[in-house]
Parts: sequence; C-alpha cells; structure tokens
Amino acid sequence: MKKKLLSLILTGAMVMAMAGCGNTGAETGTVGTTENAGTEETAAAAAGDGALTGTLKLGVIGPLTGGAAIYGNAVVNGAQIAVDEINALGGAFQIELQAQDDEHDAEKSVNAYHQLQDWGVQAIAGTVTTTPCIAVSAEANADRVFMLTPSASATTVTDGKDNVFQLCFADPNQGSASAQYIFDNQLATKVAVIYNNADAYSTGIYQTFKAKAEELGLEIVSETTFTDDTTDFSVQVGDAQSNGADLVFLPIYYTPASLILKQADSIGYAPKFFGVDGMDGILTIEGFDTSLAEGVMLLTPFSADATDDLTKNFVEKFTEKFGEVPSQFAADGYDCAYAIKAALEFYAAKNGGLDVTGMSAEELCEILISVFTDPEFSADGVTGLGMVWDANGQVNKEPKAVVIKDGVYVGM
Amino acid sequence: MKKFSKASTASKKAFLNYGIVIAFFVIFQSLVSTGNITSALKGQLIPIACYMIMAVSLNLVVGISGELSLGHAGFMSVGAFTAVIVSSAMAGSSDKGSLIVSIIVGALIAAIAGFLIGIPVLRLNGDYLAIVTLAFGEIIKNILNCLYVGIDEKGVHFAFNNPAALAMSAEGKVIINGPMGAVGIRKISTFAAAIILLLIILIIIQNLVNSRTGRAIMAIRDNRIAAESMGLSPMKYKMLAFTVSAAMAGAAGAVYALNYSTLVPKKFDFNTSILVLVFVVLGGIGNMTGSLLAAGVLVVLPELLRKFSDYRMLVYAIVLILVMLVTNNEKLKGKIDTFFKKLRMKISKGGRK
Repeated sequence: MKKKLLSLILTGAMVMAMAGCGNTGAETGTVGTTENAGTEETAAAAAGDGALTGTLKLGVIGPLTGGAAIYGNAVVNGAQIAVDEINALGGAFQIELQAQDDEHDAEKSVNAYHQLQDWGVQAIAGTVTTTPCIAVSAEANADRVFMLTPSASATTVTDGKDNVFQLCFADPNQGSASAQYIFDNQLATKVAVIYNNADAYSTGIYQTFKAKAEELGLEIVSETTFTDDTTDFSVQVGDAQSNGADLVFLPIYYTPASLILKQADSIGYAPKFFGVDGMDGILTIEGFDTSLAEGVMLLTPFSADATDDLTKNFVEKFTEKFGEVPSQFAADGYDCAYAIKAALEFYAAKNGGLDVTGMSAEELCEILISVFTDPEFSADGVTGLGMVWDANGQVNKEPKAVVIKDGVYVGM
Repeated sequence: MKKFSKASTASKKAFLNYGIVIAFFVIFQSLVSTGNITSALKGQLIPIACYMIMAVSLNLVVGISGELSLGHAGFMSVGAFTAVIVSSAMAGSSDKGSLIVSIIVGALIAAIAGFLIGIPVLRLNGDYLAIVTLAFGEIIKNILNCLYVGIDEKGVHFAFNNPAALAMSAEGKVIINGPMGAVGIRKISTFAAAIILLLIILIIIQNLVNSRTGRAIMAIRDNRIAAESMGLSPMKYKMLAFTVSAAMAGAAGAVYALNYSTLVPKKFDFNTSILVLVFVVLGGIGNMTGSLLAAGVLVVLPELLRKFSDYRMLVYAIVLILVMLVTNNEKLKGKIDTFFKKLRMKISKGGRK
C-alpha cells in the first residue's frame, strides 16, 4: 500500500515538473551576431571620438517556464527585438543576449544569475518578477553588477541598492495612481477589492491603494482575499455584488482575474473592472473568452494601439515575429535594452568614446550608475518618453490607462 | 585496519557517510579557495548542504520510523522564519554567534511545531498520516502568509493580517511582511557552518538509529502489534522520531534562510516537501548515504540541464524515471553485487599471499 502511494505521489511530482514545460516562444541561448569581423578594429579606431563600440553581454533572468512564464517570455521576446534592431544597424556596437529561466523562484533565480556570471554577463535586464528580483539584486549589489529590472515593482527591489534600477512603476505608485485615477475620473463611488494575500505584488499594491483611497475619500465596501491555489471565486465576487460595489479593483495577475471575470459573468454581475499591469496578458490566455474582458480597464505604461512611430514599429515587428500583440512586459523588455544602450551612448559622448568589449561588470556598473543618476540623462521608449530615474532607482514617467475594446487594448 | 573490519556494518556505513560529507566539503572548499569553481556551482553549495539535511531528517521519519510525511517543508519554513527574526534581533552581534543562536532557536521552534502537530497526527496510520501532514504543511505556509513581524527598540512585535497592527515606534523595521516575506535578511550562512551542521545531524541520526531507542522505533515500524506487546509505546517513539526530524528540518531552514537576502512563505509549499521526499525515495528509503547523494545530485541536475532550455524539466523527469528503473532493477543489482563480491574475494586472496 505504502509503495503504491509513494509511486503515485512520485508520478504526480513528475507530471507537475513536466507541466512546467508547456511554454514556447523564448529563445534561450546566445543570439546576438558576434561574427562582426570588423568590430575589433573599428573599436580601436573609434575610441576618442565619442562613439560607443564593442559587444555588450546582456543577460535576462525571468520565468520562462511555470505559472508566470508569460511575463518572462514576453520580456525576453521584447528584449530580443530591441537587440535584433540594434545589431541590424551594423554599427560598431553590438549586443549579445542570453536569457536564463528562474521559474519565478528566488533560489532558482540566484542560480540563473550565477549561470550568467559564468557566461561573463556585463549587465542584467532583470529579473522579471519581484521576489526573485529581491534575491538576485542583493547578490548583484555585492558583486557590483548593474541591474535594470523591466517589471519587478516592489520598492524593496531597489531599496538600499545603488546598482538596481526599475523600468516599471514601483508598487506604491501603482496602487496610489490607480486610486487617483479612479477618483479623478469618477469611475465609481463604491469600490470592491479582491487581492491575493499570498502574493507580494498583489498585497503591496492593495496596501497603497487602500491608503490612497482613504485619503481621497473613496469608499471601499468589500475587501476579499484569495491565495494561489484558489480556483473558485464565488465568495469574493458575491461579496462585492452584495455590497453593491460598482467597480472592482483587481491588483492581481491575469490568471485569477480571468476566473473572476468568468464567475462575475455567470452570476450576472457586471461592474467595472479595474486592474494594474499584472492584468496585462489576459487576452492571450488560451481558451479564455475575450468577450468577458470587454470594458476591463487597466493601468499600464504601454498601449499597443498608440500611434507614435516607436510603438508602431515595435508592435509591427513583434507581431510579425511572435504572432501576437506585445504586452506591457514585452514593451518593458524592449525598453530595457534600449535604455542601457542609451546610457552607454550618453557616457561615450561625454567621455570621448567607450569600448565595452571585455569590460568587467564592475567597471560597467559604476558607469551605468553614474549615467542613470545623472539628471541630464533621459531615455525614450515605448513605455514612455523622457523616462528619468532618481537616486533610489525608481523611474518617473506618465502612467496610461487602457480599456479592452473588441478584444484589443485601447488607450483611454 | 583489523579493528575497522571487525566493526559492525552499521558503523561502517555511518563512517562512510561522514567520509562522503567531509570529502564533499574538502573538495569544494579547495575548489572555491583556488577559484576553480563556476559561480553557478559555488552559489549552490549551501542550498545543497541544506537539502542534504532535509533529506536525511525526512529519512528518519519515512525510512526509520516508517511514516509517510508530506509536510516536511513546513518545518523548514518554521526554522527559516524563526532564524530570520532571531538574526534581526541580534543585529549587533557577530555573524558567527548570530548564526549559531539562529540555528538553535530555529530548530527548537520547529521541534515545538513538530511536537504539537505530532500529537493529533501520529495517532493516525499510513495514508491518513500522509494526508494530514500534507495539510499541516499547507497550514504552516498559510499562517506565515498572514504573519507580520516588526522590530524596534522595545523589542519584537507580532501581528496577523496587517502590518499597521504592529504598533511600532517610528524607527521600527518590518522584518516579515506577510506574503511579501522577509527582506533584508543578514546573509551570514557559510558553507563550513552548513557542513558542520550536516555532520552533527548525521551523528545524531546514526547514533539514534543504532541505539536502544532506534531499535524500538524500527520494531514499531516493522510490526506495531508485536512491539506493543513487548511494552513499547508506539506513540512515544514515533513522536520522538518526528520531533527530532522536525528540529533538524528547522535547523536546515535556518541555514537556508540566512543564505538568501529574501524569503517568502510560498517557497515552502507542497512541491518542496515532495522534492525532499523524492531525494529520500530515490536515494533509498532508510538509506542515509543514498539520501545524501540523491539530494546533491538532484539539486545540481536542473542547473546542469540548462542547456536544454525549455525541455529542461522534461529531461529532469526522464532522468528521475531512469534512475528509479536502474536502482530498482533486481538483475542489475545482482550483477553489481556479484561484481563487488568478486572484487572483495580477489582483494582478500591477494592479502593472504
């Protein structure tokens, strides 16, 4: 009996392990074009004229498998497009990109970071999710490796670490900006919040949202929680309905959000739904009826339907290569690569050229820190124009709200 | 040499385990000091030692006491978070002192948790015990998800469900922030400390197994009714094994936690318990050497398989299946046994000449 039970459990464990592999689309491994024969010579010749030369080894760490894989893959794909573009320019500056999987786990993330170090990584665009990022940023701070995280939004990611910068909004900004937005646009009088109290990201946003809502006098009539394993949300949705909430704030990831939308629909409850950047990706869930997401609003710095040239170019290339409309995470990844390039160019122009080939991570780290904290430095990207960073490593840019209309994100 | 060959097989095996651990330490420590090690492997040394402790301590419950426990990661998390609190409270003390006290307190609190859980759980048998331990592992995780701990000049504050309820002074610092876990942990674990702890734990387990108490535990495992009729109390001995095992998991959790700057309760979920159980089963139930080796290999393996990228975990699963098939193959086992027997014969013959 015991043997049978054991074998059953082990089989289960294996199936779980295999289930983590269901994702495709990430191109792990070295992808940059390094066979640029002329790079070395041009680098030597170019030094002194303010040009940026050499090959940068850029690492990305994120969940490429498992439950949060959609984020990691989006960031890697976005960064890949940026790197392809930069390398296709054929200039003296090239980027080699390597992505490592961390399965959204702190321990694995540190392993992935060490793996990148063995490869000789010079700067890191990552990590994608918050908890792993806190673990890795502590390591990177001790080793002096520059990190620009595309999407790890907790303040603890950057606190006390001068080498870690965020490209996305910090959690407090997301929570309070959401409350401010709802209040300013008078979207609701009674608000319900459903959040994941087993998740750092969700709880963080909830706490700042609540504080800001109280300050503004926004009435929160229902606060319900769930955990990662929850699949039935009838209690939470029912509580929001019975308290007469006309807007439900969902500071959560898109998978539970899709279930909540389904459940609300099945009981005929149709309030406004308002999400944050974790909601991004809801339209790409397989088997999800996107008509349920009609009218869902979310606060995000990126909307794929924007008409500026930068966004158009990015969306077109991304759709062509990966067959889907890029999410905010893809845009973050794309901007990360360009922000690092812009910072290096900024330094090169000021200091009469820079050759990054073979430069140690420590050296590059100090250069990048000096540039990112330089008040004159700003970067343009698809998630915002004129992004500037403060000494804490937090970014300053305009948030945008988008609404889902006819199955696509439309700017509000 | 003669003395050694006379020693019982049990103590031979025990010394083999100490030898493996010491060799593991000497080899990797010299690699680290000469700089001949990849940073990927270097970063994994402490987690490997922690998982080894987890594996041997779970083996005490599963192999020696014969109870299937599916909530071992729960005790690890109790030790881990206790260690975080203790090390933060001792912020002014030396690293070594803080580490030792953190490990001891972590082990103690985990032992208390193990004892309390053991009272209802160990009255159950077989599959029921497995289910209840699984549930307790989840309960511990969910309690930690709601736990907020802060520290200020007055001492340590505890609260449930809300960081504001900590009622701390302005200089107060939140150490454990519910589901956001602990951040800013002092990184004071060292590889040497982890290995010393592993050795101490091996000494305790192996001496326990070879003692009168250990024989009683195994007698209850093999035939509960017979043991009871001999006047042994199953509850008492099972509880002893379970509590000791929980304490050891707590100690492992303490070392593990103080190796990372952040820690979330989610880390210690069902999957981690299963992972440790996989070490035990793959290494052989009741076989401490096997647990040590399986833990070492299976922790490193997923990292070595990174070149398979997306198919990494698939390859990992296939490797697990292959190892199970090979180690459980009677024919192959027989062949290996006869090979060793022949070898021994040859050596002893050679010695006589």
